[in-house]
Amino acid sequence: MTVFDIMGPVMVGPSSSHTAGAVRIGRLTRALLGAAPVRAEIRLHGSFSATGRGHGTDRALTAGLLGMEADDPRLPQSLSLAREVGLYVTFEPVTLPHAHPNTAVLTVTAADGRTLTVTAASLGGSRVKVTGVDDLEVSFSGDLPTLLLRNRDRPGIVAEVAQLLSAAGVNIATLHLHREGRGGLAAMVVESDQPLPGGLLKALAETDGIESVRYLDPKGGA
Amino acid sequence: MSFQSVEGLLQAARELPLWEAVLEHDCREEGISREDSLSRMTALWQAMKAAVADYDPARRSASGLVGGAAARVESSPRPIVGGFVSQVIAAALKTGECNACMRRIVAAPTAGASGVLPAVLLPYQDKYHTPDGEMVEALYAAAGFGQVIAARASISGAEGGCQAEIGSASAMAAAALVSLHGGTPEQMAHACAMALKNLLGLVCDPVAGLVEVPCVKRNVAGAMNALACAEMALAGVESAIPCDEVIDAMRSVGALLPDSLRETGKGGLAATPTALRTAQRLRDGEI
Repeated sequence: MTVFDIMGPVMVGPSSSHTAGAVRIGRLTRALLGAAPVRAEIRLHGSFSATGRGHGTDRALTAGLLGMEADDPRLPQSLSLAREVGLYVTFEPVTLPHAHPNTAVLTVTAADGRTLTVTAASLGGSRVKVTGVDDLEVSFSGDLPTLLLRNRDRPGIVAEVAQLLSAAGVNIATLHLHREGRGGLAAMVVESDQPLPGGLLKALAETDGIESVRYLDPKGGA
Repeated sequence: MSFQSVEGLLQAARELPLWEAVLEHDCREEGISREDSLSRMTALWQAMKAAVADYDPARRSASGLVGGAAARVESSPRPIVGGFVSQVIAAALKTGECNACMRRIVAAPTAGASGVLPAVLLPYQDKYHTPDGEMVEALYAAAGFGQVIAARASISGAEGGCQAEIGSASAMAAAALVSLHGGTPEQMAHACAMALKNLLGLVCDPVAGLVEVPCVKRNVAGAMNALACAEMALAGVESAIPCDEVIDAMRSVGALLPDSLRETGKGGLAATPTALRTAQRLRDGEI
């Protein structure tokens, strides 16, 4: 815990969990989509749904989707700004089993038709946790560069990915593996200490057995 | 790892000023340079001042319950004390109101308690013409005590009730004032302990779950309490219970609080008839 976990951040009020954390969820979703979304269907669970409007959670999520930071003074006007730039946003309440009380599910679409669904929870003090990407259950904070790979389940593929990261001088902080069944579609979530260069992402995408590559750069403006 | 006890913090402050011990320790732990850390903290100090300067009495919060209070205090026709104390009350309200009205503030340690530190620091600077550099040093002192509180207890209302938010902010502000006014590290610890003791048991019971009522005015209580405890500590008054033990007691009290009094908007003031009517009108989209 640094002194800046106690002092700061500078943020638009009123709540670090319901406002600043919500901006962060919007930003992470935009970064994972890798493009500016043109459409966002947002479902709010628990306290996000119950007190979200009064806390500006709707505006904060939208601000994040527009690429704003938590201290952006335009945050309260984000819904009208979204209309101006052609981002169509809808909100509805949802009840999710066993989810953190401050959870949002965002289904976003890019101009080229790509879609993505992100489930994330705001844990307080503007810290967040992504708990789902599309149909995959995950758990990462977005504080570190994060790589999400969809791959065929075959021997050696983890070693190949680790080799590519290692060759690029990237240290793996955490690595989680998921699979539907033996030999089926699997997934890897890698958090790293260093950002991943574009060339590495291309090499990963070209690796035999890798179906899709998503990358989240916490410092990137997306 | 950050400081885990006030005792440890005081030990580190034997060699160099307490604020500097906090700064040095953090730079070492986080691998950042002294200059980077200082420029970040200076930016936070400027943002605290900007939030107060940005105050507009015409603004209202989401529920309509918050807004305009600071301006009333500033133009009160019959102030009892006035002067410095009225400035403290007004500055606490200004930041709290800005936060509730979706303006930019500095979470210190949280958004709900963001008014306490600026409320005592801005009038202090105004009265004693203290350079910004020394104000930034006081923020490190405050953060040092805040780190211990966060490590041993909590700074989250959902975990520990309002004592963890306004209580912690008040304790940090008391230590900051003692630091600014030339007190010893031991006096800072006594001020921190007394401030936290005075707010022990304070529940988190926001009306309609919003950071508005009673949060904004509790920032005033936290600031005034910090002022009184700093004044006592500088005069040589000591806390009978050591600071670390007080922080541990705050943690125990927080754990004993029922859910309804920990930021769920279900108990205390949030369960009053007026609060329930407000919550219903918000749900119905009337306000």
